[in-house]
Amino acid sequence: MRAFRIFRRSVRDAFKSVIRNFSLSFASIMCTTITLILVSLSLLCAANINNVTKSIEDELSIVVYLEKDIDETSIDNIKSDIESQKNIESVTFKSKTEWKDQMSEYDESFETVLDYLDENPLLDSFILKVKDVEKIGETAEYVKSISGVDVVKYGEGMVESIIKAFSVIQKVVVIVVIALILVTAFLISNTIKLTIFSRRSAIEIMRLVGASNIAIKIPFIVEGFLIGVIGAIIPICITIYGYVISYSLLNGHIFSNMLVLLKPYNFVFYVSGILLILGAVVGMIGSLLAVRKYLKI
Amino acid sequence: MKFIELKNVNKVYKNGVTALADVSISIDKGEFVFVIGLTASGKSTFIKMLYREEKPTKGTVMVGGLNVGKIRNRKVYKLRRKIGIVFQDFKLLPKLTVYENVAFALECVGMKDKDIRPKVINALERVGLKDKVRSFPGELSGGEQQRVCIARAIVNEPKLLICDEPTGNLDPKTSKEIMNVIEGINSDLGTTIIMATHDKDIVNRMKKRVLLIEHGVLAGDFAKGSYKTNESV
Repeated sequence: MRAFRIFRRSVRDAFKSVIRNFSLSFASIMCTTITLILVSLSLLCAANINNVTKSIEDELSIVVYLEKDIDETSIDNIKSDIESQKNIESVTFKSKTEWKDQMSEYDESFETVLDYLDENPLLDSFILKVKDVEKIGETAEYVKSISGVDVVKYGEGMVESIIKAFSVIQKVVVIVVIALILVTAFLISNTIKLTIFSRRSAIEIMRLVGASNIAIKIPFIVEGFLIGVIGAIIPICITIYGYVISYSLLNGHIFSNMLVLLKPYNFVFYVSGILLILGAVVGMIGSLLAVRKYLKI
Repeated sequence: MKFIELKNVNKVYKNGVTALADVSISIDKGEFVFVIGLTASGKSTFIKMLYREEKPTKGTVMVGGLNVGKIRNRKVYKLRRKIGIVFQDFKLLPKLTVYENVAFALECVGMKDKDIRPKVINALERVGLKDKVRSFPGELSGGEQQRVCIARAIVNEPKLLICDEPTGNLDPKTSKEIMNVIEGINSDLGTTIIMATHDKDIVNRMKKRVLLIEHGVLAGDFAKGSYKTNESV
């Protein structure tokens, strides 16, 4: 009961002090707002870049053509050999009949030509998905060396450079996001430190009249939480409305149909959640660290 | 055991200055003691040690059965709740009203609102400020602010009231009124009072036990009424 009373008073005092020290609270809130908007933009960009590169990478596969007139047992042997490789995600068999049907569907002239021939000239094949696209070349090389394999194709040359570019982009994006989050944390906690610095005499008096350290800390932690949460409101609105509107204006993709944007729901809510948690946690930790400084003798 | 007991207390600050050297003092419950001495004599260090703003380097300081030097930082509040402190510069919270300032000391302890109210009114009545409850400290005179500070110090009925030059910023007439309030607390409530002061008139007039601290040592311990000086102390 006593603890609850102290907590209730802390919440009351926190609200009071946000209002009574409004100019300082306002500075903290604005600082939080601006940095969280930056974090939000970078998160939106990062997630989309990641999505595009992922979807392109997912399209990448190795096509393995088997030698003509290969028998069932050899096909099984080759399959199990390929499957034993670490980097292989999935192996799909595609028979020459399937190829023929697919090509016939694609174009009537193919159909005419293929029907004209007595024998199906196409080859049985495997389509491989790899786990790590950066090692696609090595895997292709190995598969080529299996006996019974005729040709291995994966878009050599172009694929490697795309993958290299993507991995650089992804790393840069991650670094930028992390750096921004750290800067945000630092900025917010520093602004809160300033507001608390102006109230160090109040902290001193609290100690002198016999407030326990925890009773001194709670109002400040609640206040930091409030500042963080209030500061997150505008960035969250910008995230949700901004992204939904831009998504519908751009029809869900940029430049070409290949660069598909992430669907706004529930994506914007995840980003908003991150912003809210980031604001609240950084606010609380920032003010906790600031108060602690004045609780030592 | 005595209420307050210092045994061979030494205090050396980090910069090498010795503030107190081998000081031993004992004070009974309900006593009224003046602590006098020049600026930088170690008087303030002695006072601060009683409420653990400073820790002794050597020796023990016992206050009401608590070994002050051994109290951990997190537990200091337990000591502070047993003593009231009055400061020269009042240390009131400017954004709280008189009532809120006094109630603050009880809220910190987690007391119920309905228990706080009569105690605060009672304390403000004792210092004669019942009609100023809604004022803010900035609207009060120095003497009135000091009364608020005293009310805050006594509101949780401490056994010990420490006054660190409470009249230092006040004119003689107001000082006299403040001293009457403090003496009343001592005689009516039986609160032990330790008061550091520079004011020789007060010391001469009130005829209480006097501790003289000079250059960090206890230069004299004068029993009730045996100390009189014309020098500025």
